[in-house]
Amino acid sequence: MKTRQWFRQVIVVIGLLGIAGAPLAWGDKLVLTGSSTVAPLALEIGKRFEKQNPGVRIDVQSGGSSRGVADARSGLADIGMVSRALHPQENDLVAHTIAMDGIGIILHSSNPVQSLTDAQIKAIYTGRIISWKDVGGKDERITVVNKAEGRSTLELFLHYFSLKNSDIKAHVVIGDNQQGIKTVAGNPGAIGYVSIGTAEFEAAQGTRIKLLPMEGVAATVANVRDGRFPLSRPLNLVTRGVPSNLARRFIDFARSEKVNDLIQAQFFVPLAR
Amino acid sequence: MILLVVLAFLVHEAWPVLNGTGWLRFFADENWHPLENRFGLAPMLWATLAAALGAVLLAAPVGLAGAIFTCFYAPSFVAKLYRVVLALLAGIPSVVYGLWGLTVLVPLIARWRPPGASLLAAILILALMIVPTVALTSSSALHAVPRSLLHGAAALGLTRKGVVLGVAVPAARTGIFSGIFLATARALGETMAVLMVAGNVAQNPSGLFEPVRTLTANIALEMAYATGAHRAGLFASGVLLTLLVLILAWMGARIAETARHAG
Repeated sequence: MKTRQWFRQVIVVIGLLGIAGAPLAWGDKLVLTGSSTVAPLALEIGKRFEKQNPGVRIDVQSGGSSRGVADARSGLADIGMVSRALHPQENDLVAHTIAMDGIGIILHSSNPVQSLTDAQIKAIYTGRIISWKDVGGKDERITVVNKAEGRSTLELFLHYFSLKNSDIKAHVVIGDNQQGIKTVAGNPGAIGYVSIGTAEFEAAQGTRIKLLPMEGVAATVANVRDGRFPLSRPLNLVTRGVPSNLARRFIDFARSEKVNDLIQAQFFVPLAR
Repeated sequence: MILLVVLAFLVHEAWPVLNGTGWLRFFADENWHPLENRFGLAPMLWATLAAALGAVLLAAPVGLAGAIFTCFYAPSFVAKLYRVVLALLAGIPSVVYGLWGLTVLVPLIARWRPPGASLLAAILILALMIVPTVALTSSSALHAVPRSLLHGAAALGLTRKGVVLGVAVPAARTGIFSGIFLATARALGETMAVLMVAGNVAQNPSGLFEPVRTLTANIALEMAYATGAHRAGLFASGVLLTLLVLILAWMGARIAETARHAG
């Protein structure tokens, strides 16, 4: 009999919790998943949107651009974040560009090497050059940092250098941008590639990384804006079919001039309007 | 019961690739490049086993030694403090260990031998995580040894060391072994911490300082966006992992049986 009583009490408690939780479900919520490059920007835009629209919650999760595409398609996310243009086979999705960004090579800030040619970068990543002294640096082994599959930064990097992922001889494979930055900042012999916006933001915070120019063009926001930087990409919010009312409002807000300061604070390029 | 349900679900999701591509491909293909249709799981299987084995080889003696110390040699205040610290360590989330590993341990190893993110880093982090488990279970097992046994051994004239190593530890060996098996199972299944420090390059573990990717880290890295055969392949690696743990549990049960019958 005692177990019966205890059991009943547990059911009551669970029931009460369930009822108490119901009001939380009534508020409007928007889930964004995808690119770890777009995620910090989406978070800031989301915070401002929440302030201007009380009762709304914006949930942002990273996981890579491929996750953004997959989740937008399956409905697991309301909006997918993708840091590249959509492929032709992704024509069931609609892309809404919110900013432009570039992909730059990063080194540890103590590395004396000031620039690398495309051929050198390709040789380093395919394992043909293994010491920094072959490219004008110290006599130290190069630690190659590559991104995991499914990340758009990897796709664009491979596309630009005409490589396949199995050609790359990496020493560390990382997922999110932050993991890559922490890995390069912790290893004086490391080389990696990340979004220019993220790298400049981190360098401004004092993280020990530096951006290299690509083919002689400095990796700066100005050069990405003027289209001079060779490896640039759009930052997109993607939806499947017609977005819901809340999603539509959020996307319009993210594409308006009201968030230009947020975009620039993250060192991305706002769209010309 | 729930275990069977989970296993059935895993097998069901992995079926397309187990049936279609054939499960031998998991061991015949030389590496894991799912987008280029290569599904070789072997490098990651060896990496998982190597990391777990290394961690247990490190953590078991340390944990056991700690347990012996607190049970038989330490003053009671120190013993209580030790147990509190161990319980705290056991409760730290694995991602915190991973963060510490990424920002402190990996650069330290890198200064010794680049790249830093390596099998050694994974082994050290895993050992750190499972020492509390081994120590706490061994400690309970040692405490459960009947006092009469210890008194009898002392009466026979054995030294303190003789009583501890010759009588108490063998008497508690069932509990100690089950603690070690528990720790091994945890080491096999650890994901986040290993993902952050092991380097994640899918290759056969060729040395302590080379990066490796474990089965668990592979699932965590790729599951979010995998579709079709790739996704089924990841579920198949999940089945493999579950089978590994089941085999371990069975072995543990067998050893406990023989220990009980012999002792």
